[in-house]
Amino acid sequence: MECGKPTMTMPETWENTIFDGGADLSASAAGLEASRCLQCLDAPCIQACPTLIDIPRFIKGIATGNLKGAARTIAEANIFGLACGKVCPTEVLCEGACVYNLTESQPIAIGRLQSFASAAALDQQWQFFTGGAPSGYRVALIGAGPASLACAHALRRLGHETVIYEASARGGGLLTDGVAAYKYPSNRALREIDAITAIGIDVRYNVQIGRDLALEALERGFDAVFLGVGLGADRLLQLPGASLLQVKGALDWLERFKQGSKMSLGEPPARAVVIGGGNTAIDASRHLKAWGVEAVHLVYRRGEESLSAYRHEVAAARQAGVTFHFYVEPVAFEGEGCLTGVQLRGTKGNKDASWTLAADLVLLAIGQHRIHTELSQIPGIEWAEGCIVVDRQTGQTGNPRYFAGGDCANGGKEVVDAVADGKRAALGIHTYLTQSDRQQTNQRETLHAPC
Amino acid sequence: MHPVDLSCELAGIRAPNPFWLASAPPTNTATQVLRAYEWGWGGAVWKTLGKPVRNVQPRFTAMHTAAERMVGFSNIELITDRPLEDNYREIAAVTARYPDRATIVSLMFETEDEWKEHIERSVAVGAQGLELNFGCPHGMCERGMGSAVGQEPALVETITRWAVRYAGVPVLVKLTPNVTDIIPPALAAQRGGAHGVSLINTIKSVMGVDLDRMVPLPVVGDASTNGGYCGPAVKPIALHMVGALARHPEFRLPISGMGGIGTWRDAAEFLALGARSVQICTAVMHHGYRIIHDLTEGLGHWMEEKNYRTLDDLIGRAVPNFRSWEDLDLNHRVVARIQTDKCIGCQLCYVACLDGSHQCIYLPDAEHPDAPIRLATESRMPWVAENECTGCQLCHLVCPVEGAIKMVPLHTGQPRQSWRELQALAVTESGTSNDSTLEGRQGFWQTQGIG
Repeated sequence: MECGKPTMTMPETWENTIFDGGADLSASAAGLEASRCLQCLDAPCIQACPTLIDIPRFIKGIATGNLKGAARTIAEANIFGLACGKVCPTEVLCEGACVYNLTESQPIAIGRLQSFASAAALDQQWQFFTGGAPSGYRVALIGAGPASLACAHALRRLGHETVIYEASARGGGLLTDGVAAYKYPSNRALREIDAITAIGIDVRYNVQIGRDLALEALERGFDAVFLGVGLGADRLLQLPGASLLQVKGALDWLERFKQGSKMSLGEPPARAVVIGGGNTAIDASRHLKAWGVEAVHLVYRRGEESLSAYRHEVAAARQAGVTFHFYVEPVAFEGEGCLTGVQLRGTKGNKDASWTLAADLVLLAIGQHRIHTELSQIPGIEWAEGCIVVDRQTGQTGNPRYFAGGDCANGGKEVVDAVADGKRAALGIHTYLTQSDRQQTNQRETLHAPC
Repeated sequence: MHPVDLSCELAGIRAPNPFWLASAPPTNTATQVLRAYEWGWGGAVWKTLGKPVRNVQPRFTAMHTAAERMVGFSNIELITDRPLEDNYREIAAVTARYPDRATIVSLMFETEDEWKEHIERSVAVGAQGLELNFGCPHGMCERGMGSAVGQEPALVETITRWAVRYAGVPVLVKLTPNVTDIIPPALAAQRGGAHGVSLINTIKSVMGVDLDRMVPLPVVGDASTNGGYCGPAVKPIALHMVGALARHPEFRLPISGMGGIGTWRDAAEFLALGARSVQICTAVMHHGYRIIHDLTEGLGHWMEEKNYRTLDDLIGRAVPNFRSWEDLDLNHRVVARIQTDKCIGCQLCYVACLDGSHQCIYLPDAEHPDAPIRLATESRMPWVAENECTGCQLCHLVCPVEGAIKMVPLHTGQPRQSWRELQALAVTESGTSNDSTLEGRQGFWQTQGIG
């Protein structure tokens, strides 16, 4: 490696050939932007960050050329500094709180500055953390998404042994396979995860609890368990033609896309329809446009004001050329063996109207299932609307040895929220492990009694 | 046509406007000076002529801020490194083509014979005036010239006398700021018969250190040396020296002012403090001769607005108000007031006052009898305890929002009273002129910096 020169060793992948992954700032642009920061006292941006990153401090580091200090400040609070800089809805978080919003100046580009510093840490392979002195405690974490990884990292720093069990072949969960590639390509996610697990987190891929490893075995071998399993598969529609190959769940399609190749995906189709009104629908639409799909239609059964997607994302999708259809829902998918269109009808005022929108691909972005049958057997854990009920401060479930965080506990929020959940749960687990009385820890063998 | 008359006269040297190029790289050749005159410059002081020199590389360096380049500039370049014959031939071409401009030749020699020869040659090629370079603080002073002369009033007087004897055209003495007091060398020039002075030359400086190579800047091979500092950052030093001469009762020569002038407003400030013309170098090295358009236009429009018809209406206007500290009104009171309709809640004023000044600004939640009632939307806005405010203005200076902190004059009802008057009163009251008390007290005050 040439000394002093940032080397982006990111291998060229399929995704990188079509998306820039949210271009990184140049060093001079970052320095200029950082120097604009007013360095507010008790800065509102910090309060707006779920992981409470000391934003003025890391920006000061960028402004002065103390890039390593900047990256460390970010990593101390949020181990997914690059990912969050790229995928956070900063417009409604840190940047939305920037006092520059009260002036005619643009808010500081905090997300891009954060990515800049965190990318440098990855490129230069700066390691800020080592595992703490061995505590003798072992914690199992289920699912290798951001919540588990953030939790495991914090636990390792406290000296606890951590093993993550991941059902799929790679880590990061939706961050790797569900985030639109134009925001954050999977190879960057995997590199960031490698840097995180380098602290000594043992990740076992292709292990599904209940199928490949029994819960009982987990309980015998570990002092506490963190559940970071996310949500389930895409919800689908039971409509005529829904079994056509070109009708897919949006997250499922994104995953295939991000894991696929130019060969497996072929050329972008000419026309695509996305059904839904949330951020996944918008992500999928923008992703399709960025991929090269000429006509992208977003179909939503209610009005624009009801879209649950962020306003800035909706605006960006419009800018990208996505066509929005409101008060419209699909009734059937047409085509003999191959999709040719979506039959639509009005949902308000125009209920009698029915027409067909030509389409070569339909993505359903109408939410995820919330069923985790294998986990629902754990005694003591309460569920509400398909999510695990936890104490917010500690992440502890109704079963004191079990903790949870991320989408499976919060119902599906941002990566940064999952990281914050994981951090809180790590402290909850640490407190539980080190402060609980002997009796509790001795229950390791007997806890899993049938209730 | 400008609405006001910008024509300029200094010691008999006439020019269509007061903007002259300072003796420096922009006045090195005829092609440059001719181009500058085409752009509209009022005059040019030719790059100093002297005995042959050789330059080093590189020889410029600069201080940048993230937002602005070259706020300070330093050079270790010497006088002209071109053959004198070429210079004289080119000066002749320039003066023949532009007899209306103030083409002044800067000279730096050692012996009386050398001065005589080159003064006569300069006049012969049409120089409207001469400028004796007693200011250069690098390279030439080590050889007993430049600032080595300017720092010795006796030498200044002697060489000035030679020059005036042989010149027959106005002689300006260029003064160095590298002295503890600008008055003695200026009075020496006056005694020697100079027709005017020009100041300031550059300030002896080290711009920085290359921390990788451990060599000061600019790095010349394996070492560096002190340079001459100029550019926007030196303007306050130059203004002080110009003003100090302009207000000095024994100093009567016209002044050509320079040091950090980049805009018409800078120039107006020099004129207001007594300069009859201004010289510009760094701003041209940064942006080119074209800045003359905004200089003349801006000055002209502002003078029109202020009803100044000629430069003489403006020159020296601020001199009577440039006083000794002892003559300032001790009873003048101002307090800071935060405008809640403009404050953005960055709290920079609060922390500056708390740590850097007099602890008179409070956050909204402070317990204080004078605490104002703040609306919820004003929850981040600090407030000033006016009874405690010392009127220092630090908060006003750090505030990033124009007009959000106003310094408001308080009408104390007390008459104007200066320190000098107060001391005179104390002496009268004690019935004796106790000099030792007065001196002692002045000594006390003089040692109190703001730092």
